[in-house]
Amino acid sequence: MSFMFTVSPDFTPDHLSGWYIFNTWIQRQTDTAIHLEMYNDFQSQREAIKNDQIDLIYANPFDAAMLVRDKGFQPLVKAVGESDEAIIAVNAENSVEDVVHLAEGIKVAFTEDPDVHMMGMIMLEPGDLDASNITPVLSDTYVLVAKHLLRGEADVGIFLAEAYDGLSSMIKKQLRVLVRSQISVIHHSLMIGPNLLDKKEQFQKVLVDMNADEKGQGVLKSLNFTAWEKVEDDEMEFMIDLMDTLSM
Amino acid sequence: MINDMKAEDIVGEYKEVTLDLYQSISRKVLYTEVETPYPDGKLIVSTTTPDGVITHVNQSFIEMSGFSENELIGAPHAILRHPDMPPAAFQDLWDTVNRGDKWQGFVKNLRKDGGYYWVKATVIPNIRNGELVAYTSVRRKPSRTKVDECIKLYPTLF
Repeated sequence: MSFMFTVSPDFTPDHLSGWYIFNTWIQRQTDTAIHLEMYNDFQSQREAIKNDQIDLIYANPFDAAMLVRDKGFQPLVKAVGESDEAIIAVNAENSVEDVVHLAEGIKVAFTEDPDVHMMGMIMLEPGDLDASNITPVLSDTYVLVAKHLLRGEADVGIFLAEAYDGLSSMIKKQLRVLVRSQISVIHHSLMIGPNLLDKKEQFQKVLVDMNADEKGQGVLKSLNFTAWEKVEDDEMEFMIDLMDTLSM
Repeated sequence: MINDMKAEDIVGEYKEVTLDLYQSISRKVLYTEVETPYPDGKLIVSTTTPDGVITHVNQSFIEMSGFSENELIGAPHAILRHPDMPPAAFQDLWDTVNRGDKWQGFVKNLRKDGGYYWVKATVIPNIRNGELVAYTSVRRKPSRTKVDECIKLYPTLF
């Protein structure tokens, strides 16, 4: 029997091959047959979760509540030093200096990444902006969010901080950051589903020890991570509660 | 444990008032008109026991409140209670979370130095295995328009 692994669709495209390498590595380490299935969007991934097709997932924090509470998933590990942060940016020529000066009706470009969108909208609240008084400009990628700003097709862009920082210096020169979140406790997590739970400790151990061997280090590097660290059930519950308060 | 505020901790001219907290504790509060603006992009996070005793605070909480972590852990959350906040607002908070619901509102918090800061607060009951084990409170930067509405509304609720 083969188990199914999937990755939150907001992964950086540069790391696509890294996830396939990781999948090969984890199969060898745990002697478990696992198929990696990549979904193009959150909707189709959630449909697969709903139909109990997924056994292992590198999950967006927004989906953690549903995975734990509705589907019986448990957290394994998170990448050391990584947290999800959001940025609100404008075209460098925009005279606005503060979110509070943004006007109702502005065009806001964002991707469908649920946690980044939520954090970005929270950062727009001090300007009395919410879903009811902005014009959304849904974009497939963060590069497209930047392009919308550069072309004047959007007034404000919501970025995953890591994606913004990874934009070319030529693009960044034409943009300006209004707010950068410093939340620190919202992060993606590798989570294990009910059909694989009897192997939880084995998976957790090989993942936590992964940076101790040369091959493991190479695989981590292909994902741009340095190491995995254990996520306790309590820590996951705390993050779920936090996401719960923020989605209000 | 909650102590009276001390004059040597206060920055600037202050007024003095005695607050009744939880209908049983009296606290001498010294407060000024100095506002600390809420920092962009940050969240203040804390956890309390079901009785409102602080068990966890994040760095933003420490920075904004002016208290050290040692002073906060074990103290009642009412250590932040500002005399301009109507008791009815907190009654509503406790009534709501005791029902197991989430509460959200705009709160003027008191700093250790007598100053204040406005927040948009959300409090949720933390249920584990069907039992209430704690409350988590997350504060974020409020809209100034909403704060201005509260500045007008709250004095009418006493």
